[in-house]
This record gives sequence, structure tokens and C-alpha cells, in this order.
Amino acid sequence: MSASVVYDPSGFTLPAGQRAAIRWFVYIGFGAMGIAVIHGFAQALNYAGINILTWFPGLHSYYQGLTIHGVFNALVLTFAFTNGFLGLTTARGLGRPLHGLLLHASLWTLILGVALSGWAMFSGRASVLFTFYPPLQANPAYYFGLALLVVSTWIMSINLFWTLARWRREHSGERIPLLAFISVATYAMWDLASLGIAIEVVGLLLPWSLGWLGGADPLLSRTLFWYSGHAIVYFWLLPAYVSWYAFVPRHAGGKLFSDPLTRVVFLLFLALSIPTGFHHQYADPGIPEAMKFAHAILTFGVFYPSLITAFSVVAALEMGGRARGGKGLLGWFFKLPWGDPALCAQVLAMLVFVLGGITGLINASFNVNQVVHNTAWIPGHFHMTVGTAVALSFMGIAYWLVPWLKGRELRGRYLALAQSWLYFVGVLVFARGMISGGLEGMPRRTFMAGATYSKPSWELAGALTAIGGTLMFVSVILFLGVMLATIVSGRRREPGDIPFTETVVGPAASGWETRLDRFRIWVVLTILLILIAYAPFLVSYLPPKLWSSGFTIY
Amino acid sequence: MAKVHRYEKAFLILSALMLVVFLAALGYAAFGMGLHLPTRAGQIRPEDVTRTPPFDRPGVREVEPGRWEAVIVARAWGFTPSEIRVPVGHPVTFKITSVDVVHGFYVDGTRINLMLLPGQISQLEYTFRQPGEYLMICHEYCGAGHHAMAGRILAE
Repeated sequence: MSASVVYDPSGFTLPAGQRAAIRWFVYIGFGAMGIAVIHGFAQALNYAGINILTWFPGLHSYYQGLTIHGVFNALVLTFAFTNGFLGLTTARGLGRPLHGLLLHASLWTLILGVALSGWAMFSGRASVLFTFYPPLQANPAYYFGLALLVVSTWIMSINLFWTLARWRREHSGERIPLLAFISVATYAMWDLASLGIAIEVVGLLLPWSLGWLGGADPLLSRTLFWYSGHAIVYFWLLPAYVSWYAFVPRHAGGKLFSDPLTRVVFLLFLALSIPTGFHHQYADPGIPEAMKFAHAILTFGVFYPSLITAFSVVAALEMGGRARGGKGLLGWFFKLPWGDPALCAQVLAMLVFVLGGITGLINASFNVNQVVHNTAWIPGHFHMTVGTAVALSFMGIAYWLVPWLKGRELRGRYLALAQSWLYFVGVLVFARGMISGGLEGMPRRTFMAGATYSKPSWELAGALTAIGGTLMFVSVILFLGVMLATIVSGRRREPGDIPFTETVVGPAASGWETRLDRFRIWVVLTILLILIAYAPFLVSYLPPKLWSSGFTIY
Repeated sequence: MAKVHRYEKAFLILSALMLVVFLAALGYAAFGMGLHLPTRAGQIRPEDVTRTPPFDRPGVREVEPGRWEAVIVARAWGFTPSEIRVPVGHPVTFKITSVDVVHGFYVDGTRINLMLLPGQISQLEYTFRQPGEYLMICHEYCGAGHHAMAGRILAE
């Protein structure tokens, strides 16, 4: 190892104020998840024709609950947790604190965003789902609140880049430590990716909801939304990947194989996450088929770094399992430290993600998508990706992160293990229901308990959805119980250091690899790809067709 | 990359190959077998829909010998017409748009699966091979009555 490569800066401590801010990001994320899954439970039962929504005080409709479920899980949990977690991994990777003021500004912006969007949703003024396709129109507070959630990630991102720049000044000529590199790369991707949704919300929907703009353009809005909307999937997923690459090998007693390949993977995500949005619009009118096919090709491209990840992470786990005495082709798998809830939850999340990835590739498969688009198959798919690969990984991370942040030992390790397995079984049953229902034409985002149509083949699918969803709900309640017990009554301890993985093949101090660290090159390349993917559509479509007035028929 | 392990290299190459083969199959299905996705098929102002052909007269008609057209207007919360009859074994071109919010159009047991956006005309050609009754539903959330938005297609 070359002397100029900083691997594991020692003596790491984080100022108490910064640790507290990161802790609150994590609490807010899981708090939002706690509220969201109550509605998720009701929605799962709905697929079996059981309507418990009438017992929910102040709830006007199924779709109001579905909006809360989507926003609090997909936007608040993910943004809050990621702000906290990747803020910490950047600080740990670089061995220096973040910018304190920016950290708190990000936190308070998030809180304000949650308060505004939450008020609009809970008061029934924004039952437009988390995709908010116009011309269904929400209260301006909803759009403003969502915009603030995104701004909070931007402030965090400025913070990370500021911290990296400071580190570079202090360590001129050195390679960026891998943990910090992959954390910052995630935010670099999201900064570019979030521009679509920012332009849509701030430039079009917010002024339209305030009456300053005469109409909305549904196609342009959907296009801007999905410009961000597929890349956001990777903003959800990459923090879990950061954990799988940099922490899970350590939990398993193994090592990550390759430093350069890991950097390449994250740069591929940076470059390919965004120019893929049309694969969510295969069924849309107004977009030429050839442009859809171009995005199909790029979508298959962004699948590639996930395939590499499957190899690298499994190799790291295998090293761990073999070091612990595992023999044979698969013996190492059973020798993993399954008694560690942080590892158990995340390895189970990875297993589910195999199915999530396969179903995702099917969604991306151009005309095959016509069989499944907007059916229950889709939520079946994404509860195995964001709903498990991400959510269950976040819970697994929390099993070491919250004790570290709070300075208390984890309480209820067996409950935590039971929770992980329950979620694993629950989501497989749930997804089996949703996916089979979808293949039989059961629609997504629909109040099935009150639908005027039905098919006999949906009954088993709906029942499995309800059973699996119930198990997932119970599992999350157990998780929150373990967290609460840890926070309130865990045995006090010194936080200590955060151990992360070593690599077998480390970073090179010279040669082509050093160019991987120059984000500027990769950002320019990404922008070029985005232009190739989106300029033909925009040039042939603009100006906006602001023909649609708003509807609040919810 | 000198430091790439042999297994790693094999995995990388096989993965890339798999994706290329899949894409080639999809491309052939779309452009070789004619399983097309909807494409750009015209724009229409939502308030003009009901007085602009062909949407001023929704329904199914034979536009030339052996070729049929199904014109449907979507609004919250129903399709006009809500029941149509189509011939089996002949290509039917669906032309659909929405006069208000975003809707969906999905015909159970087929690959007819369209988003309906106000301002845009959704178009897809499909040939029914099996006679019978098909459920058609709105599969995009469109407000409080979304779950009541459905109709049927009789193929005969």
C-alpha cells in the first residue's frame, strides 16, 4: 500500500452537535416510516377486500392514506435516513467533521418540509399520491413541502462537497478514501437527478397551484417527474449499497475485494441512473417509440453495475463465511454471523433484492412491460427493492448506527433477529400476492375493497398480499420497539470508532485509477448522456402545452 | 485492469452478454414481430375533445375493409362508450384520450396497456384472437371514484 493512500484515518470523533443532528435525521426517517406502515397495513388488507379505513380518525379516503404511505416512506424515510447516514459515512471516510451549520440547516429544512407536506396530506388537501401527476391538483403547501425535502438533500450535498474540498486541501495528492468517495458519488448523482422534479414542482406545479400559471402540461410533467423518478430509485438504493460494500463485509468478517471496481460501479450509477426515465413511460402517448427504445438500452446499462455489485458483495460475504470455517460451495453462507441483527437483516434484504432486480429487469423490458404496467405487479416489485433491499437494510444499519449515535447498547437482539426474518417472510408472501395478482390484471393504486369490478383469480392474490403485508407491518412495529427500548434504556457506552471494511485490492496511488476521483470528468460525461437521452424529446416537444386546469376531485 | 480476478472477469463478460441478448430479443419483438409500444400520435386540447373528430363520435367502426378503429373518451370516472364490440381476428386501432385528469386504459388478458394524458392521443393496434368478454379498467389513480372506472369489451 502506498503511503499517500489514506485508508483508515484513526482517532475519529464527531462533534456532539453533529452526532445529535445525524441522530435526529435517523429518528425522523423511522418515525415517518412508523406512520406510513399503518396505512400500508390498511392497504394490504384492502387487497383482500377488508376495509379497516373507517376506523382511521380523520381519514377521508383510501387514496389519502396511500399518499401518506408513499410520501413518508419513499421521500421522508429515504431522504432523512440518507442525509444522516451518508453524512456520517463521508465524515468517517474522510476522518473529519462536516460543516455544522449546513448540517443543521439541512435538518431544519427537512423538518419544515415534512410539516408542510404532512399538513396538506393529513388535512385531505393533497390526495394526489407521491407521484402527484397533474392535472390532479394539491394544495400549494404540498408542493412547497416536497420542494423543501429536496432542498434539504441539496444542502446536505453542499455540505459533503464542502467537506471533501476541505479534506483535499489538507491531503493534497491523496486518493479519496473509498467510503467517502461512494457516499459523495451518490449525492453527485442525485444533485443532477433531482433537477427534473425541481423544475416540475417549483417551475410548473407550485405556480399553477397558486393560480399564477394558467395550466399544467401532463406529459411534460410526467417526463420531468420520471427524469428524476428513476434516478431517485438509485438515491434510495445507493445508501444501502454503501452499507453492503463498506460495512456488511466487516460484519461478516470478510473484506471487500476491489477498491477500483467499487469506484467504477458508483461512477456507472452516476452516469446511467438518469437517462433512463422513459422506461416508466413506455405506456405514455406523445413520446416516439424510438426514444423509448433508447432509454430501454440505457436502462439495461444501469442494471450492469448492480450485477457487478451482486458479484462483489457476495464475494466479500464468502470471504467472511470461509474465514469463519465455512466449507464447500455454499457452506460459507450458513457460517455467516447470523446472530448479528445488522448482518442478518441486510443479507436477507440482499436475497429479496435478487427477486426485486429480476422483476425490475422485466419492467424495463420494453414491450414485456405492457403485460405488467400499472398492475399490482409493480408494487410487488418495488416492495422487494425500495421496500426491502432499502428499507430492511436501513433497519439493519440502524441496529449498529442508532446504538453508536445514542451511545447505548442495542436492546432486544433476539427481537431484532425475529423482526428481520418476519419481514423477509412477510415481503415474499406479500410480493407473491401482488405479482400474481398483477399478472392476472389486478390494478395497483386502487381501492379494491370498494371496486365495482373483480375477478375470481384475484382472491388468492389479495389474500396473500394481506397476509404478507400484515407480517411486514408487525415486523416494523417490532423494529420500532427495539429502537425505542435501545434509545430509552440501552446500557450506556462510549460511542467509539465506526469500523468499516478493508479491501483486498486497494486504491492505486498513480495511474489511470486516480482519474476516477475527478468527479468533474464524470459529471460532464453524465450531462452528455442526459442530453442524448432527453434533448430529442424536449426539442421536438417544447414549448409546454399548458392546457390543463386543476382538478381536486379526491 | 490488471488486478481483475479471473472469476470476476468471467462474471462481468457473461453479465454484459446476457443484457445484450435480452435487448436484442426485445428489439426483435418490437420491430420484427410488430409488438409496438404507443408512440407520438397527435395532440388535442382537452376542451376540444368532444367536438373534434374522431372523438366527437366515440365507438367502434370499420374504417376500411378489414380494419377497425375503437374511439374512446375517458373522463372521471368512466369510459365513453363503456361497452364496445370488436371483431375477432382483425386489427383494431384504439384511439383514446382524456378530457380531464390522467387515466389509464388496461384490457385484461391482452397487452393493451395505455396511459391516457389530457392533451395527448393514445393509440395502439391490437388483434383479438379469442372471442369473449374482456374487462377494461382505468389503472391510474384519477380521484375519489377511480375504483369505479371500468367497462367491457366483447370480442366476437
